[in-house]
Amino acid sequence: MTGDAHHLLPSAEPVTLIDCHGRPVASTAYAAPDAAALVRAFAALVTARRLNDQAYALVRQGRLAVYPSSHGQEACQVAAAQVLAEGDWLFPTYRDTIAAVNRGVDPVEALSLLKGDWHCGYDPYEHHVAPHTTPLATQLPHAVGVAHAARLRGEPTVVMALCGDGGTSEGDFHEALNFAAVLRAPVVFLVQNNEYAISVPLARQTAAPSLAYKGIGYGVPGERVDGNDAAALLAVLGAAVERARAGGGPQLIEAHTYRMQAHTNADDASRYRRDSEVAAWVERDPLTRLEAHLRKRDLLDDARLAELTAEAERVATHLRDGLNRDVTPDPAMLFDHVYARPTPQLAEQAALVADELEREGALR
Amino acid sequence: MTVTAPGHQKLTMAQTLNRALRDAMTADPAVVVFGEDVGALGGVFRITDGLTAEFGEDRCFDTPLAESGIVGVAVGMAMNGLRPVVEMQFDAFAYPAFEQIVSHVAKMRNRTRGRVALPMVIRVPYAGGIGGVEHHCDSSEAYYAHTPGLHVVAPANPADAYGLLRAAIASDDPVVFLEPKKLYWSKEEVELGAPVPGIGTAVVRREGTDATLIAYGPAVPVALEAAEVAAAEGRSLQVVDLRSIVPFDDETVCAAVRRTGRAVVVAEASGFASVSSEIVARVTERCFHALAAPIRRVTGFDIPYPPPKLEHFQLPGVDRVLDAVDDLQWEDR
Ligand SMILES: Cc1ncc(C[n+]2csc(CCOP(=O)(O)OP(=O)(O)O)c2C)c(N)n1
Ligand SMILES: [Mg+2]
Repeated sequence: MTGDAHHLLPSAEPVTLIDCHGRPVASTAYAAPDAAALVRAFAALVTARRLNDQAYALVRQGRLAVYPSSHGQEACQVAAAQVLAEGDWLFPTYRDTIAAVNRGVDPVEALSLLKGDWHCGYDPYEHHVAPHTTPLATQLPHAVGVAHAARLRGEPTVVMALCGDGGTSEGDFHEALNFAAVLRAPVVFLVQNNEYAISVPLARQTAAPSLAYKGIGYGVPGERVDGNDAAALLAVLGAAVERARAGGGPQLIEAHTYRMQAHTNADDASRYRRDSEVAAWVERDPLTRLEAHLRKRDLLDDARLAELTAEAERVATHLRDGLNRDVTPDPAMLFDHVYARPTPQLAEQAALVADELEREGALR
Repeated sequence: MTVTAPGHQKLTMAQTLNRALRDAMTADPAVVVFGEDVGALGGVFRITDGLTAEFGEDRCFDTPLAESGIVGVAVGMAMNGLRPVVEMQFDAFAYPAFEQIVSHVAKMRNRTRGRVALPMVIRVPYAGGIGGVEHHCDSSEAYYAHTPGLHVVAPANPADAYGLLRAAIASDDPVVFLEPKKLYWSKEEVELGAPVPGIGTAVVRREGTDATLIAYGPAVPVALEAAEVAAAEGRSLQVVDLRSIVPFDDETVCAAVRRTGRAVVVAEASGFASVSSEIVARVTERCFHALAAPIRRVTGFDIPYPPPKLEHFQLPGVDRVLDAVDDLQWEDR
């Protein structure tokens, strides 16, 4: 064991590569991503914002029970997905639908949970995206297990494990970091610090100078990044992924961002924060920032933006159509997947429901 | 499933469990074993003795002391092609893993409509009777049995321990494997070539005609001893060993009760809202007309597990079982 923990310390300030006005910020630690990566990220951001807003609207129309939006956090969502290679895994929370979609999950299937058709609507193995996890931080040990299993087989898999600022107070967050460190599991832990856990501000969650410090006690290097700067996120997350892939072990990254909307549509944010606080974050919006940057570099013009907007609209229409389609989940499914084969008791209970349905049908 | 090396041997349950792990690891490279002190030490009960030496650090390893982490990491490994077998050091020390077990281990298959199976085994040395201090003697089966999605088994002899553990590791569903600590050192002639029981099958351990004792895990030897004593007193008791709590073998249990018309459930766990109450309910629902008397239970009291010097009060003993049998309304009152 070495006494020097210096290499574990995050940067003093969050890494920023593009400022709020779209101007490049010099960094000695990280090279700016290439133009193609930034253009790709911007296209994804436009669609991400459109999907967030579409999902929000679908709640008001009663098509979704609730939607924990990542509005304002889209740069984190997009970058977390973009830095991964094929075969890498993503472990999302309930707020990370957009990241899952950016890994290839159909947005309609991704929202099955919130539509109420079934818990996880997609096949986790198809795009290597674990089911959305709601019990806070409990997905993080799973991420370590997936990574460790891959490492044991000599596969180059890296796992991106997401959680929120509130989730860092849970025991599983700490157990996962410690296991990942001891096993040298290739996991990148990305904490989206959006300043709130429902109504509770970060100051009530932790007294640490930064959430990125929470890995130090476990020997996990920390890093801080501006969570609304897609360029910085791509650089920092990309470096962490490559480091993990090369056998360098896990890393903990705190992305400082902000939850622009209430926790979910069911929440009333006016009870715990002022509009002025929210307004101050508008100018740090991840979309406008990258847009300004790309325009300055002639990597984006009105015509291209119109194309991207049209593409986003197409995806939103797909989501809307999918969620407006009423499917009645088959009640037989209640019993189908509790075990590989139903127990005799479940077979009895399934027969009971089948019988109820038959009698109901006969009455009609 | 049959075992490779045939022949009869006198072995303890600790030895047959160790043998089952070794044979499963040999048969399937996907089987990995981990937990607290399971490596060089071989586990505090020596169930994993020699596995790291034989199979290497990647196949059997010590983890940090964090039960939720152990089970949570096992979930991820099971998601990604392995068959983890994890050891909880003692019954009460599995509680930090409760959320992982209930919210993920039990539900993953269901949440993903069968796409993600979790073939994993959580081994729990459990129950009392060993003079253990507090937090080392809990009978925690009801928590697991109440949770849909888990299989829960508890062997009561060395041969079943081997067979059930092999079946548990081969299962595509998660299994909570309860190992009665006080039976770890019980020796028995074991036929290693014999076919092993599947999960979900109870067995009649002793034939009898007057009443049926239903037991599982650490209570089975108590029931057998009670039947022996009763036989000397002229009463013929049948003994059913559940082996599996989930799935529950209604067929074998109910057939056994119907044959005698009287039954006593014997279990070490506290009786309130327990596996024993479930057994009474199930049997009564199914066999009411075959019953000559209400089913009685002999269970632990509804108290936290007592200290060693008082634990004999808590454990169901032969006398209590026989008293309960006497109470089965042999004559009209
Ligand atoms: C174990 C657990 N406790 C409580 C909750 C209820 N809950 C859901 S979201 C949330 C806040 C989480 O905040 P944070 O981790 O910062 O994520 P964010 O919602 O801001 O993305 C709480 C308390 C839960 N889902 N899981
Ligand atoms: Mg938060």
